[in-house]
Amino acid sequence: MGFDKTFIAFQTIVVKEIRRFMRIWVQTLLPPAITMTLYFVIFGNLIGPRIGEMNGHKYMDFIVPGLIMMSVITNSYANVVSSFFGMKFQRSIEELVVSPVPNWVILTGYVTGGVVRGLAVGLIVTLLSLGFTDLQVHSPLIMFAVALLTAILFSLGGFINAMFATKFDDISIVPTFILTPLTYLGGVFYSISLLPEFWQAVSLANPILYIVNAFRFGILGVTDINVGVAFMMIIGFTVALFCVSLYLLNKGKGIRS
Amino acid sequence: MNNALTITNLTKVYDNGFEALKGVSLIVKQGDFFALLGPNGAGKSTTLGIVSSLVNKTSGNVKVFGFDIETELVKAKTQLGVVPQEFNFNQFEKVFDIVVTQAGYYGISAADAKRSAEKYLKKLGLWDKRNEPARLLSGGMKRRLMIARALVHEPKLLILDEPTAGVDIELRRSMWEFMRELNEQQGTTIILTTHYLEEAEALCRNIAIIDQGRILANTSKKELLQKLNAETFVLDLKKSLECAPKLVDFKCRLNQDGYLEVDVAQEQDINSLFNQLSEQSIEVMSMRAASSRLEELFIRMVEGEE
Repeated sequence: MGFDKTFIAFQTIVVKEIRRFMRIWVQTLLPPAITMTLYFVIFGNLIGPRIGEMNGHKYMDFIVPGLIMMSVITNSYANVVSSFFGMKFQRSIEELVVSPVPNWVILTGYVTGGVVRGLAVGLIVTLLSLGFTDLQVHSPLIMFAVALLTAILFSLGGFINAMFATKFDDISIVPTFILTPLTYLGGVFYSISLLPEFWQAVSLANPILYIVNAFRFGILGVTDINVGVAFMMIIGFTVALFCVSLYLLNKGKGIRS
Repeated sequence: MNNALTITNLTKVYDNGFEALKGVSLIVKQGDFFALLGPNGAGKSTTLGIVSSLVNKTSGNVKVFGFDIETELVKAKTQLGVVPQEFNFNQFEKVFDIVVTQAGYYGISAADAKRSAEKYLKKLGLWDKRNEPARLLSGGMKRRLMIARALVHEPKLLILDEPTAGVDIELRRSMWEFMRELNEQQGTTIILTTHYLEEAEALCRNIAIIDQGRILANTSKKELLQKLNAETFVLDLKKSLECAPKLVDFKCRLNQDGYLEVDVAQEQDINSLFNQLSEQSIEVMSMRAASSRLEELFIRMVEGEE
């Protein structure tokens, strides 16, 4: 396939993916908006003033970056894992397998779909947060770069999960038992400086801590960890997961017998 | 004439150790209407699955219009349209979107994709249903949707894996007409698998019979049918008989419905049969073949193999 045809194929996958999550917006865009609004009201407005400041910022301001990231992570992951596994389940993946679309285009197309949903939900949550606090962005570039890379990273994670999944239970295990605990323990609601030294060290093994802190730095200018290290980790994981995804796709894992 | 499909020594062993193909070799000429026949589990779908990249081969070679699926996969895939046995589209998407999206996978621009989708949805009688979610279509419509989707990029080789399974007789006939037109007027090479042997007999010029992962026969329909040295005819008689008449050189019997079944060898003169019946004052109202000739041959070959 030449460049023009390859681009059309890529565009087709992305448009199909966006059309899918827009068609079921009540399941994809509305729930995170409601959940995050509840977080803002309960943790930010009601409990926040009693907690006081965290790393020199109002508690509400402190949790907003983490909650935006949480939305980006869960939605980019959920979009790809449910869409790609849904295609496997309905066997409509065969439409792609018999076509001449190169595997790297299939992968980037699905990941782009996940990124668009992740960032769209991130934007919705950001706009909602403006109703509760005045966000002053410290570094728009860092903020956007972290959001984008995170959406790519977790879209790839969702893709790998979907490749291995053979039943619907398999696509909820990782989000429920791995992603959610790591996100909650990733410094969304607290600074790790509040933890005893041992648990601070343990927290440093959580990759989501780096993501949340790098994003918080982009917005508030405060972080518990080195932002350069955070970027290296996110990029490193992204490259590794891209290679694994492409390898699995080339092997036809769960797609070809 | 070029070969549309060349399969050489194709083998497939599944992970569970099942040997589905044991050195299958086939040639399908460009422009042919070709049937691949065999009982369930014979290896038909595995063979076509390998050709269309849905199944990984264990060994052997497959070339589609000269393009090897190992070294020139993209070019090979571009020539192919595939209609699988099972419904394999997103049931929640609209009919039109399913067909247009498939065209997009082949790098066809949105405007051309819409034009082509309209053409085939109209030809297959689905244009009125274009804005319906696919799950609301009847079984026959879903089959036709898969054919429209497979044709949207105008492939040179169309693979149809049991395209008329579960389709009523009227619709089956209209699908036959459509396939004939596609083959004769557009020059599309068609490979068909089917359990309806009358379908293969009516449509195809060349036939391969596969069983237990091996090709038992691969020749023209004409040559294949010549191998059938006897046929059974069912005669509806004006007056029912109490026992089968005695006929010289013909074996006959009364079946459970009271019809007379007569075996006629290829070299036998059927007039002689009627003369003998006439001499015994047996009047024949109508006559038909007991089964399609191909069906009879198919059963003999497959049973012979066992």
